[in-house]
Amino acid sequence: MMEPGTYFMEGNTACAEGAIAAGCRFFAGYPITPASEILERITERFPEVHGSYLQMEDELASIATVLGASWAGKKSMTATSGPGFSLMMENYGLGLMTETPCVIVNVMRGGPSTGLPTMVAQGDVNQTRWGTHGDVGVVVYAPSSPQELFDYTIKAFNTAEKYRLPVVVLSDEMVSHMTEKVEVPPEDEIEIVNRKKPKDDPEGHLPFRPDDDLVPPMANAGDGYGVHVTGLTHDEKGHPSIDEKTQNMLVPRLIDKIRKNVDDILEYDEYKIDDAERVIVAYGSVSRAAIEAVDMAREKGYKVGMLRPKTIWPFPEERIYDLAREGVDDFLVAEINFGQIVYEVERCTGGAAQTYLAPRMGGNIHTPDEIVDRIEAIDRGEIPSFKE
Amino acid sequence: MSKKEKEEKSTDQRCYPVETKNKEGSVCVITERCKGCEFCMDFCPVGALQRSEKTTEKGYHPPEMTEGCVLCGKCEKICPEFAVHIREKGVEDESDEDEEDEKEERGEWI
Amino acid sequence: MSIRKSRDWFSPDYQEQDTDEGVGYGLHPLDEYLREDRIPHIWCPGCGLGVILNAYLRALKDSDIPPEETAVVSGIGCSGRAAGYVDVDSFHVTHGRAIPFATGLKVGNRDLKTTVFSGDGDLFAIGGNHFIHAARRNVDFNVICVNNFNYGMTGGQAGPTTPTDAKTSTTPWGGFEQPFNLPAVAAGAGAVYVARWTTYHVEELIDSLEEALEKDGFCFIEVMSPCPTGYGKKVGLKTGKKTMKHFKENSEKNPDADPSEVALHPEDPDSKIVVGKFVDRDAPTYQDERGKVFGQAREEMGVE
Repeated sequence: MMEPGTYFMEGNTACAEGAIAAGCRFFAGYPITPASEILERITERFPEVHGSYLQMEDELASIATVLGASWAGKKSMTATSGPGFSLMMENYGLGLMTETPCVIVNVMRGGPSTGLPTMVAQGDVNQTRWGTHGDVGVVVYAPSSPQELFDYTIKAFNTAEKYRLPVVVLSDEMVSHMTEKVEVPPEDEIEIVNRKKPKDDPEGHLPFRPDDDLVPPMANAGDGYGVHVTGLTHDEKGHPSIDEKTQNMLVPRLIDKIRKNVDDILEYDEYKIDDAERVIVAYGSVSRAAIEAVDMAREKGYKVGMLRPKTIWPFPEERIYDLAREGVDDFLVAEINFGQIVYEVERCTGGAAQTYLAPRMGGNIHTPDEIVDRIEAIDRGEIPSFKE
Repeated sequence: MSKKEKEEKSTDQRCYPVETKNKEGSVCVITERCKGCEFCMDFCPVGALQRSEKTTEKGYHPPEMTEGCVLCGKCEKICPEFAVHIREKGVEDESDEDEEDEKEERGEWI
Repeated sequence: MSIRKSRDWFSPDYQEQDTDEGVGYGLHPLDEYLREDRIPHIWCPGCGLGVILNAYLRALKDSDIPPEETAVVSGIGCSGRAAGYVDVDSFHVTHGRAIPFATGLKVGNRDLKTTVFSGDGDLFAIGGNHFIHAARRNVDFNVICVNNFNYGMTGGQAGPTTPTDAKTSTTPWGGFEQPFNLPAVAAGAGAVYVARWTTYHVEELIDSLEEALEKDGFCFIEVMSPCPTGYGKKVGLKTGKKTMKHFKENSEKNPDADPSEVALHPEDPDSKIVVGKFVDRDAPTYQDERGKVFGQAREEMGVE
């Protein structure tokens, strides 16, 4: 990994460096704006760290190759943006179903479709949760700075290895393309988590029998365990077993794997929330403007705070629920889309507080003024609450 | 149990002893695996296998030996169900390496 | 799904799984390579897949490759079920993506002898792009294409190798597309080993598989196979044995044929199915080339 120190680094570069620091030694990707710099940085650095990279023929191949390399024992990653992420949905599901650890970086850009390739948006948020068919449990991080891209890419690898699933690092074009100070710590100060290996012999080993944390130990291909891995509903041996009973044993566990371990996985930040009557919920690049907006609003006498989910999924449901009942009158969700996280916020308030949306189409982030204006407009009664 | 013991105990398999000019062995049919495709019968170079009148539990007619077999092994190679295999005396099956001595002691085949 | 309502979705109900020993397990010499509770397999009577799997396992057994260093990857379809029967690290992935998955496996662990076992639709329709690029890269694994001329598992729909005139489930009035000539596609994309056999040619198939397992680089073997249920009964080949007889009577071995000239013309009663090993050449593999470039890069950077 890089020499420890303070660097002035672009977000995408920090992401690639974070991956290398986490032990990622396999990368497969396809060029797409605004994620191509991650590929490029990886291709530059991998010879030195003895990693393997492949520029694949499309994103479908990229994610399939990443899953294969993970089963070969490598920590592997791909990076893409909206159009490529949509292509990856099927194999994202395969990774979740087969419990394959890996990291997918999605640098959000304007959508839908080809949209605004070079400009920021936050339109893929719900897709990371619901985009693949079937019921799954997911983990998605939303960094808001190059430093966080570095730190959370490492964390994404750790979570992926610990819980055996593809973890998404959901950046956006602004965070990925901004250049800022990044502190790279010494190697021995970085926590690295590796996948659990089976402790028993190959004879009679059940590759999909979970431990108490609902995660089965993972034998890699070549370890001598002769695992069978399939996307079909499978039993503990890994063999296809297409019936309701097996489905009942498998899929709820994949969902509960995340739910039951939420205390370990969930992360969020709060700013001036103790006496807040109104909470701005923002993530990624918008949270930078939101923090400024909190200060500006406070100067005008508004008691505003900010909640910044760092894991979008799992979402800080309980926190919103509690805040709604502890004196927060309303939540203002500022996101660069026409309402994605706002649905979660509204649901979690359970009606104990109002929810408002400050949307943006895509192309630029909110300005702090905009957010403050929105607050004032809400107070003047000009903005209907989200459910109206 | 050893492979040989398994074979002796198994009712799943019917073995037909074969003796040619310079080979000795048997052709074994794991009858309950057979799905009656008749590849073995059709492509035996000497037509030594024929359709049995008896059926398996699932209603398929497995092959049975008539005469003229030369232990060429084509039936074993062409069977899609892993139901037919041949044993040839003097030709080791690698998995039997440990049991070589046992076999020699007993001196019998099938 | 609310976290607050901490209702457990998952409640473990482990019933000790009785290891279904499978019929006659341990009697057949290749049983050690098969997953015991999965035999007999699901393939239809008269299907050629069992013949091809038999040949593959025989070739594997005769080679010196330890089972712990073997991996099988298959896609979706009847051919895709092959991975589920082989008792090595085996992967049954999404439709068309067996080849990139195998690429990741092989490049991630160069000691794994990897084989992709899949069908004509999986490899050449949805997976076509991945096929040609893997051939171009010359990644070191083998691809066995079971060509049964249709999408069998889903009920006999037309595919990229279905003969034009065949009346399949999706061409009930007859087709109007030309099928691929698979050896030509493979050779054109850069495969270093290209062969075509039918399930009738078991001996040659076993030899070919042994060669492919030995050889470094992207090796492709097309094996024409009966599919009486999905395809055969629609084109007058109602049983597996009829199809095998058809292969026997209408094929001709010609290893010197140019891959571009071995297209199948079933509408022409005089045309033959040309089988043989058409391409067998040596070329540096993807890993060889990468090793060279990375080695040079490390030298330039002054690192180990």
